[in-house]
Amino acid sequence: MNYEDMEFFAPGHRACAGCAAPIIVKWVLKLAGPNTIVVNATGCLEVFSTPYPHSAWRLPWIHVAFENASATASGIEAALKAMGKKEGTNIIVFGGDGGTSDIGIQSLSGMAERGHDVLYVLYDNEAYMNTGIQRSSSTPFGAWTTTSQVGPSKPLGKEEFKKPIADIMAAHKIPYVATANPAFLPDFKAKVQKALSIKGPKFIHTISSCTTGWRHDPSKTIEIMRLATETGIFPLWEIENGDFGHRKITYMPKQRKPVEEYLKPQGRFRHLFSEPEKIKEIQKMVDDWWAQYEHPQ
Amino acid sequence: MPMMMLKGNESTAYAAKLARVKVVPAYPITPSTVFPEKVSELIANGEMDAEFLPVESEHSALSAAIGAAATGVRTMTATASQGLAFMNEILYIASGMRLPIVMAIGNRALAAPVNIWADQQDTMMVRDSGWIHFYAETNQEALDLTIIAFKVSENENVLLPALMGMDAFVLTHTMEPVNVPEQKDVDAFLGEKEINYPVLDPSKPATFGAFVFPEHYMEFRYSQYIAMEHAKKVIDDAFEQFNKIFGRGYSKVSGFQVEDADILFITMGSMTGTARETVRKLREEGEKVGLVKITVFRPFPKDEIIEITKNAKVIAVVDRNISPGFAGAIFTEVAASFTNVKNRPKIIDFILGLGGRDIRVENYEEIYKRSKKAMRGKFEEVQWIDVDEESVKEVEGSL
Amino acid sequence: MKITKGVVISEPGSTALEETGSWRTFRPEIRYEKCIRCMICWNYCPEPAIEKKPGEEYPVANQKLIKMPVPVINYQYCKGCGICVNECPTKAIDFVREEK
Repeated sequence: MNYEDMEFFAPGHRACAGCAAPIIVKWVLKLAGPNTIVVNATGCLEVFSTPYPHSAWRLPWIHVAFENASATASGIEAALKAMGKKEGTNIIVFGGDGGTSDIGIQSLSGMAERGHDVLYVLYDNEAYMNTGIQRSSSTPFGAWTTTSQVGPSKPLGKEEFKKPIADIMAAHKIPYVATANPAFLPDFKAKVQKALSIKGPKFIHTISSCTTGWRHDPSKTIEIMRLATETGIFPLWEIENGDFGHRKITYMPKQRKPVEEYLKPQGRFRHLFSEPEKIKEIQKMVDDWWAQYEHPQ
Repeated sequence: MPMMMLKGNESTAYAAKLARVKVVPAYPITPSTVFPEKVSELIANGEMDAEFLPVESEHSALSAAIGAAATGVRTMTATASQGLAFMNEILYIASGMRLPIVMAIGNRALAAPVNIWADQQDTMMVRDSGWIHFYAETNQEALDLTIIAFKVSENENVLLPALMGMDAFVLTHTMEPVNVPEQKDVDAFLGEKEINYPVLDPSKPATFGAFVFPEHYMEFRYSQYIAMEHAKKVIDDAFEQFNKIFGRGYSKVSGFQVEDADILFITMGSMTGTARETVRKLREEGEKVGLVKITVFRPFPKDEIIEITKNAKVIAVVDRNISPGFAGAIFTEVAASFTNVKNRPKIIDFILGLGGRDIRVENYEEIYKRSKKAMRGKFEEVQWIDVDEESVKEVEGSL
Repeated sequence: MKITKGVVISEPGSTALEETGSWRTFRPEIRYEKCIRCMICWNYCPEPAIEKKPGEEYPVANQKLIKMPVPVINYQYCKGCGICVNECPTKAIDFVREEK
């Protein structure tokens, strides 16, 4: 059955105009269809989609807390198994970068290690947006946030690198890990479909622009996410069963655009343009990552 | 009904099996570890038909229990002390979501200093979490009360989670003869589990755990308060029905030699046995002393306590916990129960047995002696028993 | 006031009763004569406030497309983010200031 014309995520929710999270959610659900149970970690998505007494979710949905969406999903899977109803039912977790890479990494790792049949979708807006743009381990190097402020003593913003959560999940040797970008919709859809066809734990890391925190015009959401991949900053790939030697690059830019094109339209990187050597550093990080795929030995 | 020699943790594992629990997520912690071990063994032997989830933390154990209960199956876990503290956030969510999860607790001291022995600080810490609290004196009670906990929790007028506390090692690791009920009798008592609450079901999509604004939040809290009030009668009914089927009677509070007693101990958990022994001994010496045991701590049996202590002159509350800055938790509750009672007894709090220090007959004799003195004169409201005050004075100074 | 045991919401998708269109300061307007019915705007509308409707009754850029569905904006929900305006490959969506 194709459910692409159905909307399982209703309008009237309270996401900021231009938020990418609902785009990710609506597409994942369209591909999953009605036989699905959704688990949501605490975060923007949970808050803006369930203002009691209303809910945007047209599928069974549960939110328990910030750090335990994966554990909750594990319990749901176990209950369905115990009732003999697991076959055919998708269990999908949505978590932001806080609920996934930081406070929720323990329960996520546990779920992956135990092998539960769950698809975990990270919508990564690269900071704690729900509490007002504080840095997370997923905030990129050089980004301003309200807890990686920029000033004369700290000209850089965030001084640490982005935690490679998808690589960490691939290291769990789970059947399927991918990065995906809704701006590359066919690739995004193919990955969600593939993940849903595989039994066991699956992890998809999606990039999810936040107009408020990234400081760009709401209309540029898709454009900027597209640039994230075209500059090579957010590469699209998949790894099956932890086989890093066969990381499959699913979008190979003919000519990677310079990172400035991605950084420039975002207010969170504005200060970097008075620190040109830092932009070179970012470019070098990206180049280094791509070296093994563009010029394989 | 077969008699078996069981540890407290095994009693609760058998209770899980007899209650036909379908999902058991658990994380080992002393002194509760034997519970997941036993469940794992019962499943491996084909004696129990359930999914065991060896989760990576207590926080995840209760979170998975919520996921399972919200999907519509009977679910149980076990923990203690630090594990319960780690779960704290999720305890409030389980009760707020009105999920009838049952949890066995091996009552153990909280760090620091780290200590693995008997102490009721852990469950007193979660007094306000909206869970029903049962406390066992023996391993037989541990088994029975766990089964009763399901009956109460799942009642449609209640739908609240319940915990069943048993003291570390004294019960959790000590073998006692336990009358293990027949499956058919437990089935008759609990009935076919009917899901009487909405569950995660793709054929009936519903939203669980929504975001609630000030215009609704208070009604949800009031709703929980009312459910806990309903639990009072539901617990009585469950005890009565249990007695009919199994011939073992329970009540929220139970008295021993209370009728003419001037002084009454109030105890909870395994410490009760020693208190009963002391009462017998003192009675032989002609002392008018008795004992009240608390089996249900939440909902708090306020009316029952007022009634059962109505002839007493002094109530000696025994607290195996302390709230620094005030008193022990049971004292707080007992004292508050008398707030609007005219002729109230003197109420004294005795702190003892923390961190697994043995509770002996001599301790109760000391409590009795001090209570008798208080009957006629002034007294300290909070008194520590069997503690080396001098050594502490050297570091902390005198009051 | 509606209170449920355990805060369960049993009306799925009920945010659709709300109106987020009032947030708008700019209003996207599809000029169907330029629209090639590619549905990219529908793909990317975050509300979603763009619905797929039968296209026979709408003006069309090319008669070959007449059988294809068209995107129709539901202004009850459209917050005016402008993603559709930005992504439209034929620049068929105008973005006009709301007059209030």
